[in-house]
Amino acid sequence: MGSNVWQYLVRRILSTLLTLFGVSILVFLMLQLIPGTVVEQIMGIDAMVTKETVDSLRAFFGLDQPIHIQYLHWIRDVTRGNLGISWRTGKTVMELIVDHLPVTAELTFLALIVAFLIGVPAGVLSATRTNTLLDNVTRVVSLLGLSLPVFWQGTMLILIFTLMLRWMPPLEYVGFFENPLRNLLLMALPSICLGTASAAMIMRMTRACLLEVLGQEYVRTARAKGLRERLVIYRHALRNAMIPVVTVAGVQVGYLLGGIVVIEEVFTLPGVGRLVLSAIFNRDYPLVQGAVLFIAIIFMLTNLLVDLLYSVIDPRIKY
Amino acid sequence: MPTEKKGFSRETTTWRELVKIFLRNKLILTGFIIFLIMLFQTVGANWISPYKPLKQNYQETLQAPNWKHPFGTDRFGRDILSREIYGARISLRVAVISISMACLVGGFFGLIAGYARGWTDLLISRVMDIFFSFPAMFLAIALAAMLGNGEGNATLAIAIVYMPLFTRIIRGSVLAEREQDYVTASVALGARTAKIIFRHILPNVISPTVVQAAICMSYAILIEAALSYLGLGIQPPTPSWGTMLNEGRTYLEIAPWMSIFPGLAIMLAVLAFNLMSDGFRDVLDPRSRRRPGAPSKG
Repeated sequence: MGSNVWQYLVRRILSTLLTLFGVSILVFLMLQLIPGTVVEQIMGIDAMVTKETVDSLRAFFGLDQPIHIQYLHWIRDVTRGNLGISWRTGKTVMELIVDHLPVTAELTFLALIVAFLIGVPAGVLSATRTNTLLDNVTRVVSLLGLSLPVFWQGTMLILIFTLMLRWMPPLEYVGFFENPLRNLLLMALPSICLGTASAAMIMRMTRACLLEVLGQEYVRTARAKGLRERLVIYRHALRNAMIPVVTVAGVQVGYLLGGIVVIEEVFTLPGVGRLVLSAIFNRDYPLVQGAVLFIAIIFMLTNLLVDLLYSVIDPRIKY
Repeated sequence: MPTEKKGFSRETTTWRELVKIFLRNKLILTGFIIFLIMLFQTVGANWISPYKPLKQNYQETLQAPNWKHPFGTDRFGRDILSREIYGARISLRVAVISISMACLVGGFFGLIAGYARGWTDLLISRVMDIFFSFPAMFLAIALAAMLGNGEGNATLAIAIVYMPLFTRIIRGSVLAEREQDYVTASVALGARTAKIIFRHILPNVISPTVVQAAICMSYAILIEAALSYLGLGIQPPTPSWGTMLNEGRTYLEIAPWMSIFPGLAIMLAVLAFNLMSDGFRDVLDPRSRRRPGAPSKG
């Protein structure tokens, strides 16, 4: 890697840190958006409490301090890995997130696999048979995939495979290490659901990139040498076309993270998404705040990683 | 001749010719027809809906689709078709208002950032980067949770989520336009900055925004439905597609039609905007129509 790449990497990391600082301010301010004060949220608006009780609660939560001091205290704790205490459970937010993370990580990973397993072959088929019936059908199906609301798709899959055909077990979560087979069976439908839209995007990206590569001279040379079409496509064209597609995977992780709240709710999976939703309904705002910050950090780190990987795997890119 | 065989010449194409080119594209045409049907439902809901969307009839609860109720009824005996028709009004209203807000506010910041450059640009771009640091759906859910449920707050949450996107698109276009001779000439002639930005640059940067707005409209419909489905958007008994799906969950085994039809409506609405935006992209970007050099095997 040349010095330009290093300069770019340093610049990119610094800019991520700056954005992270902005994100922390936004997440902190989110709590201020809530109607009423934190004390009112805990005691209830109509609660009969003395001013002394309210004042002592405000002092306990540090709300009697100016807002910038509150932020400094909060960010100091966050940098030490302390995202606060859940009002409802009394556990630390970090502990709750870590408890629920394996389910979300497994779901995201499986959804990404589904997206690639469907998206790449469909994209190759579509690109190698341009303007045929198969190409048109694949393109329409990909558009349908992008248009399907995940929660409806999930509901329909439950209706067909769990309630009507009884092919899937009841929606009671079992951990992977408890019963791997049952766990994978349970995760199959949510992964397909979450991965569908990403599969559609990967399919479109694979098709576009492969079409571009197939028009290049080295592919023509490979054909002129008499190589079989399968070798031309899989060994020469697809390997280069996949570079931007692989980076799309990183972007898709962010997209998948956006969908976890809905999917985990539909399939009653005990992941971070469902944790956030229950925190919202329980008005457990420190938990909401902590989980939102956590997801944002994961999302930013993934994007950063993708950018860094891009510069490593594609030597043609100049900075 | 103002138009070429494929695509069009940007400088000389009139609006009427542009519409003709657009409607010749099958994707745009199909999407537009679905959109028109949706618009017809929205405008004519009072006339075409067979029943009032909130009218309960306890003699006809959970009825499967039949001649009287083509989409069946829900647990209160309300006609699903009528609720679906009124639901289109809410979905479209939230999508149009939220994306218009995002377009106006985000576009304004984009114009300022692109024209002013320097520190103003840096500041606006950094602030927008903060919003890009969240997955869109997740940010919408977090904002809706903080703002509280209801149509207004759901609209605002979606607008905030998509505002940065319009800032980025318009900023990019303005940065390119700013270097054009007509801007230099306007500056040299002593035109006011506001006049240069809004009268000269703005009309030239609108077209990429229109395509983006069509794409975002589909996302806005999906997010509104998701928020309502999760109980964070429109609240019952107001007929919104997401709320209807949420209500249908409990009765999935005995009354699946309560979930099937609202979901189909969402899918068709989103598909309409996806088809149109794909078509716009095809028409506006001639590269996407280029055939590959490779022979087709099919």
